[in-house]
Amino acid sequence: MTNTTLRSVISDARLVAGKDLRLEWRSRVTLNQLLPFALLVLVLFAFALDPDRSVLKDATPGLFWLAVLFSTLLAIQRAFAVETVDGIIDALRISGLDPAGIFLGKAAGIALHLLVVEAALLVGVTVMYGASPSGLLLVVATSIAATAGLAAAGAVYGVLAAGLRVRDTLLPILWLPVVAPLLIGATQAFGSAYEKSSGAGWRWCGLLGAFAVLYTAIGFVAFEPLLEES
Amino acid sequence: MTSSTPGQRAGRFDMHPDGTASHGSRVLGSILLIAVAIFLIVALVASPPDGAGADAMGDMVRIMYVHVPVAIACYTAFMVTAFASAMYLWKRTEGWDCLAAASVEVGIVFTVLTLATGSIWGHTAWGTWWEWDPRLTSTALMFVMYLGYLALRRAVVDPQSRAKQAAVLGLISFINVPIVHYSVDWWRSLHQTATIGRLDPTIDGLKLFALLFGMVLALLLYAWLMLHRFRLQWVETQVEAKGLDTALAERRAEAVADGGVR
Repeated sequence: MTNTTLRSVISDARLVAGKDLRLEWRSRVTLNQLLPFALLVLVLFAFALDPDRSVLKDATPGLFWLAVLFSTLLAIQRAFAVETVDGIIDALRISGLDPAGIFLGKAAGIALHLLVVEAALLVGVTVMYGASPSGLLLVVATSIAATAGLAAAGAVYGVLAAGLRVRDTLLPILWLPVVAPLLIGATQAFGSAYEKSSGAGWRWCGLLGAFAVLYTAIGFVAFEPLLEES
Repeated sequence: MTSSTPGQRAGRFDMHPDGTASHGSRVLGSILLIAVAIFLIVALVASPPDGAGADAMGDMVRIMYVHVPVAIACYTAFMVTAFASAMYLWKRTEGWDCLAAASVEVGIVFTVLTLATGSIWGHTAWGTWWEWDPRLTSTALMFVMYLGYLALRRAVVDPQSRAKQAAVLGLISFINVPIVHYSVDWWRSLHQTATIGRLDPTIDGLKLFALLFGMVLALLLYAWLMLHRFRLQWVETQVEAKGLDTALAERRAEAVADGGVR
């Protein structure tokens, strides 16, 4: 890829992400629905597992990332729902924007939404589960790497399911097995961040980063044919 | 059988008008039937139970003669799907799409067999039907992933869209297989030190023969199932295309009739 194409991809991505964020600013769907949902999941976990804090505290890394995973599903569905109504996706296709740029913009939009959700969840588990991380740097690095991977894979599978009538039920079954390695990696990395042993945590964090890079590459290549058919 | 006229007589590899079998697939099927009988005798009767060492599996080693071959067949099937998907994206001919779709379905059958035999082995070896063994876990995830592939195929109505989307998914899914495998492997290795279920590396004689025989048999069985499933898929595609053409022709006729009224 030459320098100019890369620059146009990035500027296209910025356009798409900016549009999605503007939509969010006006509709407040993340703020009013996604955040309450994520916090609700935290409360439901407490109901399911026992209000005993020690159980919740031990399970915090896994529960945190499960809550993120469920919220991501909603974020992906929302990100592509705004494109599929009234044939907007046709407009997107013929807009002349680079498909790789659209992919990057969509992924960036989802990622930003997720980072907000994760920040709220982090406060949630600290307050409600009594779990406070000792390796804050690892927590931040893991969140960024995992979010990039979740968003990149989410954009790929989101556009795949976007045009279908069964998209809401198909997306989870397609996307969740794919991001299972992310759940494993992020949970393990958080586990070491919460238990003060950061050694293996950084290795897992590296794996998350590699996943994000791989899925960004897949998105660059696969988004165009998938967008054409969605 | 009775209805075949000389004009449509089934040739060596041509399809019989009544089904998906051909002369070739019948010969292969007959050979397979005999081979399976021989395999069962070798695996269940002739080969000795695993007897040496502290972690000897005894008669339980026999399930490995089925478990390992069907696992290899399921990975082969998904590899064929990935290859056919790549070829479809390159050539855009429906034959490759049919091959990819057929191979996933046959692969899922082998995946179920892998999970079932692994679980049965686990029940006697570990005392539980399910253990979070890295290989079993990643196979289970792979199973769900390819069920998703089939779900996508059912969900897309337009044949061209379906083929293209499925091809992209078939390729990405195959990239996922090693990622899932290694991450699960790594995850489990942090918790348990010894890998359970590893085949004895000093396996030899009739046991080794039974295992290799099983592998060849599983791959031939895959090929035989594929012959039938591919032909069925091909016919389905033709029927679908014909149905679409007929519907189009009918609508056109209606339009012409409407125009005539006006």
